[in-house]
Amino acid sequence: MAAESVNHGRRRFLTASTAVVGGVGTAFAAVPFIAAWFPSAKAVAAGAPVAADISKLEVGAQLVVAWRGRPIFIVRRSPEMLATLDGEKDRLKDPDSSVPEQQPEFAKNAHRSLKPDILVLVGSCTHLGCSPKLHTEVRAEPWDAQWKGGYYCPCHNSRFDLAGRVYEGSPAPTNLVVPPYRFDGDARVIIGESEGAT
Amino acid sequence: MAGERTSTMTGILGWFDQRLPVMDFWNKHLAQYYAPKNFNVWYYFGSLALLVLVNQIVTGIWLTMHYKPSAAEAFASVEYIMRDVEWGWLIRYMHSTGASFFFICVYLHMFRGLMYGSCQKPRELVWVIGMLIFLALMAEAFLGYVLPWGQMSFWGAQVIVSLFGAIPYVGEGLVQWIQGDYLPSDATINRFFALHVVALPIALLGLVVLHLGALHEVGSNNPDGVEIKKKKDAKGVPLDGIPFHPYYTVKDLFGVGVFLTLFAFVIFFEPTFGDLFLEYDNFAPADPMVTPEHIKPVWYFTPYYAMLRAIPDKLSGVIVMGAAVMILFLVPWLDRSPVKSIRYRGMLTKIALALFSVAFVTLGWLGMQAGSDTQKLVAQICTVIYFLYFLLMPVYTRMDAVKPVPERVTMHD
Repeated sequence: MAAESVNHGRRRFLTASTAVVGGVGTAFAAVPFIAAWFPSAKAVAAGAPVAADISKLEVGAQLVVAWRGRPIFIVRRSPEMLATLDGEKDRLKDPDSSVPEQQPEFAKNAHRSLKPDILVLVGSCTHLGCSPKLHTEVRAEPWDAQWKGGYYCPCHNSRFDLAGRVYEGSPAPTNLVVPPYRFDGDARVIIGESEGAT
Repeated sequence: MAGERTSTMTGILGWFDQRLPVMDFWNKHLAQYYAPKNFNVWYYFGSLALLVLVNQIVTGIWLTMHYKPSAAEAFASVEYIMRDVEWGWLIRYMHSTGASFFFICVYLHMFRGLMYGSCQKPRELVWVIGMLIFLALMAEAFLGYVLPWGQMSFWGAQVIVSLFGAIPYVGEGLVQWIQGDYLPSDATINRFFALHVVALPIALLGLVVLHLGALHEVGSNNPDGVEIKKKKDAKGVPLDGIPFHPYYTVKDLFGVGVFLTLFAFVIFFEPTFGDLFLEYDNFAPADPMVTPEHIKPVWYFTPYYAMLRAIPDKLSGVIVMGAAVMILFLVPWLDRSPVKSIRYRGMLTKIALALFSVAFVTLGWLGMQAGSDTQKLVAQICTVIYFLYFLLMPVYTRMDAVKPVPERVTMHD
C-alpha cells in the first residue's frame, strides 16, 4: 500500500477510541478488586447491635462492653458529676457538641445522653484510637491541676470531661463519640440501634 | 542481522550468549561499569541495603512456611516459630533484625546522597526512584510489624490506619476499607500479609532494578562530586573509573564481612535491642479492649511520629508528617548549588546539614518518649528546622561560597 493512501484521521480515531474503550473496561474491571477490600457480609453481621444490662451499675461506676470490637463505656453519673459539666465550658473545644458526626441528634444536649445520668460513649480516643481511662476523683492530677473528673488518654494526653467533651490543648480534635443506642426498659441498653432509626 | 547475534564466547556460555545477552549484561553492570575510584565508607550502604533485601526475602519465605495469617493464630504461630520450629528463632530474628538494619542502611545511604549532592543533575531520577523505594519500604515495614499480632502490632495498626480517618468526608469509609472491618481484625491481618509478602516485595524489587538501571545509565557520583565521564582515555574509559568487578565487588565484600559481624552480634545477643528493634509490649497478644500505656512505633518511624504528635490538630499533624516525607522527593530541584560535594561547599550548607541531622535524630528520640510539654515544644522546634532545611535550600545553596572543584578526583595515597 502506498504511503499517501493512509488515512491518518481514521487511524487516530481508531487508536483513541480503542484507548477509551480499554480505559473504561479497565475501570470496570477494577471495581471488584476495590470492593473486595470493604468489610465482608460476615464482618457487617458481626457489627450488629449488642445489649448491656445496667441494672447492677452503681452510681459513679463504669461498665465496659464491646461493640464492633471497640470498648463502649457506660457510666451512671452522680448528681455531683453532672453538676461539674456546666462549669468547665470555657475550657472545652466543643462545649455544645456542635460537630454532628460525634453524637446522634438525641445526645446533642448538655449531658450528651438520652437519660441525664446514663452516659454512653465509644471508648476510643478521637485522636488516634487509644482507649481513654476514667478518673472520677476531683483533685489535682499531673495533667490538670483543676481536674473535675473525666477521661484521660494515656497515649497522647488528651483530656475529656464527664460527658466525653474534649478539653482545649488536647491533640484529640473532637469530643468522644456517642454511639447510637436506645433503652429497652430501665435495665437494658441496646448499643448500635437508636429510637426510630435502627 | 536480525535473529543472529555473534558472541566472542564459546562453549556453553557462548550458546547462551547467542540467545540471551549474558555478556552484555555482565559487562554493562559489572565488568565494564566504571565507578569512581575514590569511593569511601559511605558508599557501602547501597550494596548493604541490597544484601538486607535478599536476607528479608529469603528469611521471609521461610517464615511464611510456618506463620498463620489470622487474628486467632498469628501470635501463637510466631511463638511456635520461636520455640518449636528447628532454627525458627534464628530465621525470625534474622528477619526482625534485618528490618531495622534495612533502615539503618537506607538512612545512611540517603544521608550520603545529601552530603555529596548525589541527587543533583543528572541523577535526579536515581534519587526519585530511591525515594519511592523508601516509601515502599516504610509501607512494607509497617505491614510486617502488624503480622505478629501482639499488642503493639494491633495498636500500631489502629493508630496508623486511623491517620487516614483524618481526611475530611471519606476518612471514616477509607479506614473501614483499609481494615475490611470496623477495627483492625482478622480481615486486616490477612490482607496485610498478602501485601507484605506478595505485592510490596514485587514492587520493591522492580524499583531496585529501576534504581540501579538509572544509576548505571548516568554513572555513580563520588565524594568529590566530580563527573568522571568528563575525562576519558583513548578507549573511552573514564580516567578516574575502575571496573565495578572485581574492584568494588571485593571492596563491598569486605563491607559485607563487617556488616554481618554486627548483624550476627545483634541477632545472637540483643535481638530486641532494648525495646528498639522488637518492642516489649509486642510480646503480649493483641487485645482490642486494652490499650498499652504508651503506644510508639519502631525506632525508624519515630522522627515522623514525633512530628505528628507535635502538631495539636490531627489533620494538620497528618499533613505535616506526610509532607516531611514527600519534601525529600524535591531535593534535586531545591539544591541550587553549582557544586555537588560537601567538600567544596561553604559553611552555610555544612551548618544546615548539621542542624538538620541533629533535628532528625532528636525527633527520633522524642518519638519514643511519652511526650511532656517541654518535649512537645522541642519537637515543634525540630520540625521547623527539618522543614527549613529543605524550604531554605534554594536560598542558602545559592548564597553559599563554594571552593573550586578539582578536574579529577582527589586521592589520599
